[in-house]
Amino acid sequence: MKEILEIIENNPRIDPREIATMTGITEAAAASKIKEMEKKGIIRKYKTVIDWEKAGEEFVYAIIEIKVVLRSRTGYDAIAERIAKFPEVRSVRLISGDHDLSLTVRGKSMKDVAFFVAEKIATLEQVQGTVTHFVLRTYKEDGDVLFEKERSERLAVSP
Amino acid sequence: MSYSRKNVRNVLLYHRDGMSDKFVSTRVKEIPPSGIRKFFDLVLEMDGVISLGVGEPDFVTPWHIREACIYSLEKGMTSYTSNLGLLELRELISKCYRNDYDIDYDPGSEILVTTGVSEAADLAFRAIINPGDEIIVPEPCYVSYKPSVFLAGGVPVPVPTYCENEFRAGADQIKESITERTKALVLSYPNNPTGAVMRKSDLEEIADVVVENDLAVISDEVYGKLTYDGSHTCFSSLSGMKERSIILNGFSKSHAMTGLRLGYAAGSEPLIAAMTKVHQYSMLCAPVTAQMGGIEALKNGDGEMKKMVREYDRRRRLIVRGLNKLGLECFEPKGAFYAFPSIKSTGMTSEQFASRLLKEQKVAVVPGDVFGGCGEGYLRCSYATSREELIEALGRMEAFIDSL
Repeated sequence: MKEILEIIENNPRIDPREIATMTGITEAAAASKIKEMEKKGIIRKYKTVIDWEKAGEEFVYAIIEIKVVLRSRTGYDAIAERIAKFPEVRSVRLISGDHDLSLTVRGKSMKDVAFFVAEKIATLEQVQGTVTHFVLRTYKEDGDVLFEKERSERLAVSP
Repeated sequence: MSYSRKNVRNVLLYHRDGMSDKFVSTRVKEIPPSGIRKFFDLVLEMDGVISLGVGEPDFVTPWHIREACIYSLEKGMTSYTSNLGLLELRELISKCYRNDYDIDYDPGSEILVTTGVSEAADLAFRAIINPGDEIIVPEPCYVSYKPSVFLAGGVPVPVPTYCENEFRAGADQIKESITERTKALVLSYPNNPTGAVMRKSDLEEIADVVVENDLAVISDEVYGKLTYDGSHTCFSSLSGMKERSIILNGFSKSHAMTGLRLGYAAGSEPLIAAMTKVHQYSMLCAPVTAQMGGIEALKNGDGEMKKMVREYDRRRRLIVRGLNKLGLECFEPKGAFYAFPSIKSTGMTSEQFASRLLKEQKVAVVPGDVFGGCGEGYLRCSYATSREELIEALGRMEAFIDSL
């Protein structure tokens, strides 16, 4: 199972027939194992890493750090889940250090993001303060480098 | 790429111009040029070639190893090292052999770090060969053993191996090739170009022959870590073999460090001392930057290496299935990163098949006879190439075979 995950982690579009050959199981077994992992939520979803800038679409990303006042009992989960419901919010993480939560927010413009934070996040009762860092450039995303990839300089034939 | 290509082309032009070779020694003239060169020449003139002709990993050296090399340069580590190599590196190599194969090599006197395994092989031959000594070399094998034996004044005695026997060297065959001049036996498993491996029982039978005839053994195990479906047996781990063997190994294949040129030899003290004598007057020491990378590779490189091996294993299955489906019968290689399919069904020679495949479908492979006469009728296809390229290459080969 781990073997299959390793194969599809960076390329979910690979043919189940090839997966079967590489792992030494039948095609049907490979397909059903993948189905099973999808069902169990081991495979959460298949996703495409897009260089939006190259596609001519401008997005503004910001990392927002939040300080939270905890209400008794509910802990961080309730406020985190609440924030996570906004589609503008791409990720929510509980972090150690000066702040409690770290968000990634995506918007069409800096103004867009700034207003979203000011109106929707900072106004939440439990949020004590926010710090917004706008992303100027992304070099690596989800393990994939977004600058030019290293190319092998091998000779075409060697002993 | 442009730099190296230009270089190669200059060499070729030089030869074509037919300049006088009156200063070149007879011995060197007698060595046939490597059969791979011809393909270099052809490939250089073409665009869009998918190459299965490469004897090195397609992975770039793992970043943490490159980082260690860079850091050593920043610290100003650019001087000579001990002839034997950095002690820390030898200690790590020694530890590896203890952990992996339960063999003790003293880092102080039984390990020599060299500039690639090629140098180590050359040193081993020069250290043991008296003029006219015969060295048994099972074929197909890496292209440099025979010329190196010859240059050292020895006589290479090829022993053919066959697909029916999964390209393993048989103890009987070796026995039959022994004369009173036989000095040593070369073993190179996992094998380039066939991908063959030896079972422990095969090696034990050979060990008996070696003892009976008092031979030395040079065992090139550079692909040892690239063994699938089972584990590698180091020849010197067999009882009584350490004293009479020189084990050659390196970082090129296991840690994708070909161009850094880092290898080593492990053997008994007198043999290593003899090799060191030659090494100190020729190479002096292996490049220090590469040695620093080697230290990092042995300390922290296991994870990346295993990841690469798992990926090779997947590609191995892809290419073996693909070749067999094309009707090019291919035995299942258990090591290295080569498949060695037979093309006998097409009626062509290896050379004809490879040339036409390159010209008509732009897929580069290496004709099997380059690695010894018994490789005729086979091709070496390296699967150290991305899955996408492998699949594309197989598609082109199918088109080629359909067109015959």
